Amino acid sequence: MTGAALEIEGLSVEFPVSGGVVRAVDAVSFSLQPGERLGLVGESGSGKSTTILALLRMIRPPGRIVAGAIRLGGRDLRALDDAGMRAARFADISLIPQGAMNALNPVLPVRAQIEDVMRAHGIDCDSAEMGRRIAALLDGVGLDAGVADLFAHQLSGGMKQRVCIAMSVALEPQVILADEPTSALDVIVQKQVLSTLAAVQARIGAAIILVGHDMGLMAQFVHRVGVMYAGRLVELGAVRDIFAAPRHPYTQALIASLPSLARRGSFRGIPGIAPSLLTPPSGCAFHPRCPHAMARCRIEAPRARDLGGGHRGSCHLLDEGVHAAPA
Amino acid sequence: MPPLLEARDIHVAFGGGFGGGRRKLALAGVSVAISSAPATTTAIVGESGSGKTTLARLLLGLRAPNSGSVAYDGIALAGMTRAQHMAFRRAVQAIFQDPFDVYNPFYRVDRALMAPLRRFGLAPSRSVADERIDTALEAVGLRPSETRGRYPHQLSGGQRQRVMIARSLLLSPRIILADEPVSMVDASLRATILETLHRLKTDRGISLIYVTHDLATAYQIADRVIVLFAGRIVEAGDAEQVIKHPKHPYTQALIAAIPEPDPSHPWGLGPGAPPAPRADGDEHGGCAYASRCPLAMTMCRARTPPLHAMDGRDIACFRFEGTAT
Repeated sequence: MTGAALEIEGLSVEFPVSGGVVRAVDAVSFSLQPGERLGLVGESGSGKSTTILALLRMIRPPGRIVAGAIRLGGRDLRALDDAGMRAARFADISLIPQGAMNALNPVLPVRAQIEDVMRAHGIDCDSAEMGRRIAALLDGVGLDAGVADLFAHQLSGGMKQRVCIAMSVALEPQVILADEPTSALDVIVQKQVLSTLAAVQARIGAAIILVGHDMGLMAQFVHRVGVMYAGRLVELGAVRDIFAAPRHPYTQALIASLPSLARRGSFRGIPGIAPSLLTPPSGCAFHPRCPHAMARCRIEAPRARDLGGGHRGSCHLLDEGVHAAPA
Repeated sequence: MPPLLEARDIHVAFGGGFGGGRRKLALAGVSVAISSAPATTTAIVGESGSGKTTLARLLLGLRAPNSGSVAYDGIALAGMTRAQHMAFRRAVQAIFQDPFDVYNPFYRVDRALMAPLRRFGLAPSRSVADERIDTALEAVGLRPSETRGRYPHQLSGGQRQRVMIARSLLLSPRIILADEPVSMVDASLRATILETLHRLKTDRGISLIYVTHDLATAYQIADRVIVLFAGRIVEAGDAEQVIKHPKHPYTQALIAAIPEPDPSHPWGLGPGAPPAPRADGDEHGGCAYASRCPLAMTMCRARTPPLHAMDGRDIACFRFEGTAT
């Protein structure tokens, strides 16, 4: 597709550990259109956070990207040198971190931290102009200009997360990566913060990748959902299709396990535990927990299969032409 | 029959003292009763700073109130003899939020399971202790052979949380208080933990106190819901009634903010509202929710609405005062 804000092809990330090599992200491909909101869901260790750190080229050595292409607006991020990548962060692709509590510097006022981002990217203006810009950024996330003079400990969790959003959009990047931005907030604040993020995004026309494990949040916020399991993107599709007709058994189990106000007292957890990435199961990594596992699943890893309408899934049941019934 | 565990007219204040800081009321006039026959699940729901964890600590006897009293089996905690206090400590068990921090990473989980048996003298011999531990692990859906002898890092968050539930079961408690037991567990494992807790009530008659900010999970397991805001109960009653037909504006806002896992029922992302002002407790003398309440009236800023009974629930809101029965 032309004009994609971000295209990722065959991205793989490995971490050498004492017992061998852990492949945390395994051949992940997807693209993101300008203004689109994509969700990445999966349990701890599924590789969702590692994927977005890889997009920022912030994988900590000895971990490294071993394969794949990352194209941001047609530019290959993997080909950039360190200085080029540093210039791209915040300006072209930015991160809203998970722990806004710990993301801000406790001994500097908010103003100094936002100013630092702008000056480091070559915005050179006098302090009166800088003050106006910072006030405008804070206003954009629903904060009073006076917040600029406050320190992190004087802000509530939701306000800190808004400051992080203001910083991440200060240079109007094309892509914003949000790693569980609201997991530490209660539901009312969560909704306010996500509304703010959506409003800012609409204004600057950026695309967003929202990482999380809360399928409820995905249903409400994103246009498309990618489901990750053991480092692989096992299903990707429009949010309505994923919820109305999930095709991968893991996605089905994930949706069935959600507490909802529609049903009461029915608990449908996903049996078994997340696989070890050091010694992953043979074949399809989900087969030990899958209610539909066949002999073939233990031997052969399924390939991604196009299901039409931009929906794809990696499951042998889809090859067999069997529509896996929701568990 | 008196309730098994009861907190009556609790007030707790933090701050003040020599520093000259403002005293902040963490709890103001809160009463809670947990009955044991039949076993019930009570959810205590509220946002950060609402006082729910302070209330939990009071019910566990980890903190004393500034005024009011907590009583177990009709005996005030403050006046208990040593033996009575041991009995209370055994009967009321706690499960905490973080299944990572509660373990010492250098010891196998067996040690954490053995400690309460030793402390309460329930391990006359190694074989009896082993048998009790195995039974408790099985009760929470863990295979002893796959759990015992492991270090905490070898278990998933969900397994660790279930080992903690097994640990509390070893003491045959009558009440288990779980403070945000699933908020740090993966969404895919939450259902399993909640089911484990729910079955303790149905199969073993253990009453549960479930402290959370998540009304969606509270709805799954609770019989009664108590909604706290700024240290006061704003609404309390039958879970089905309160969650399906919330009356207090705060409960309504809480329920409207739950992201339903259904894209065809949109949340309605607003234009990005400014952050809600912090709950200001009793500083201005009115209802603490008034500054955020879309329905606030003049009297809401002047007086604190009392909790009163209405249609089988308790509610603290002037809008319903005239309709009290």
